[in-house]
Amino acid sequence: MAHGTPTATAEAHQPKAGQFFWVWGGLLMLTAIEVYLGYQNMQPLKMLFILLGLSIIKSALIILYFMHMKFEIRSMRYVLMTALIVCLCLMTVFFADAARIISLGVR
Amino acid sequence: MADVAMHHPAVEAFEPPLFRTNSKKLGMWLFIMSDSLTFGALLFAYSYGRISNPAWPMPFGSPSIMRASVMTFFLLSSSLTMVLGVAAAGAGRMSAATRWILATMALGAGFVVLHSVEWTGLIHEGLTPFKNPWAAGVPQFGGTFFTLTGMHMLHVTLGVIYLGVVALRRKWIPILLVLWLLAWLLTPASSPFHYGAHVLLLGAIVASMILYFKPKQYDAVDIEVSGLYWHFVDLVWMFIFPLVYLMSTRIT
Repeated sequence: MAHGTPTATAEAHQPKAGQFFWVWGGLLMLTAIEVYLGYQNMQPLKMLFILLGLSIIKSALIILYFMHMKFEIRSMRYVLMTALIVCLCLMTVFFADAARIISLGVR
Repeated sequence: MADVAMHHPAVEAFEPPLFRTNSKKLGMWLFIMSDSLTFGALLFAYSYGRISNPAWPMPFGSPSIMRASVMTFFLLSSSLTMVLGVAAAGAGRMSAATRWILATMALGAGFVVLHSVEWTGLIHEGLTPFKNPWAAGVPQFGGTFFTLTGMHMLHVTLGVIYLGVVALRRKWIPILLVLWLLAWLLTPASSPFHYGAHVLLLGAIVASMILYFKPKQYDAVDIEVSGLYWHFVDLVWMFIFPLVYLMSTRIT
């Protein structure tokens, strides 16, 4: 087959089991950092963005390694992830209003 | 049908499948994307309420944070066991794959039990969907908390049922019915889990329909697809834990 079967494509890029343990360790470490940050008396909006940033790194690790997205073909990665990220980013527009309420009050 | 077509010699005459991947896998990815938007909307709604209300309640003391951290450990470890199960199935070691999936189910069940304990504690403190004992001016805390975490707990429960179908097939049905009876009879009638336990009964009915009307031997692709769902459930918790628990930690 000109493009290779799905099985052949998958077999060509099989991750090693050791890699999964490293990712798992990394995820646990990031969780420990998050718990530490939870006990810091930080301004809520700042805290939200730091925790969201760490969660995005964690979700990227899960999607790339555990969900095998890293080993899929490039077009699948781009089409699926771009659509999802754009839709989720559109929702962040509400955060500006939440910050406005804190500084200006409800109108 | 698509799987049969892909392995048929006549496949040369047709275009390769979309993204050169299995149709079942692509179907699960599309489901995950739609479900991501559902959880995304719930998480954004919760976070909006959290940062726009300076009087937002801080009900999660150290025992709650410790419990939620253990729950996170359970889910992260279940993702590891799941991915090892998928790798074992891909290498043709189906009995090892079954063992890894059973470990994943055990960790998922542990997560649900711990989460039930957490909910029960908060309910006993007076939290309802319409009011909370910590901040009378923020009545939406209970509603957003129960909706978000309840939706996730439902996904984890359905994930455990799904993995049981893939790993144990028909042997899973009686086990599921016993679990339903235990959960129903051992919880007091005032607990939401007394009625929530019926999810297990509904799961047993749907699983029976699938396993008896369309029986099949689940292969490596089916295990990989179930793994995608499970990792998604783990991924969602990676946002719920910091945004719900760590953003509302009671610092003493």
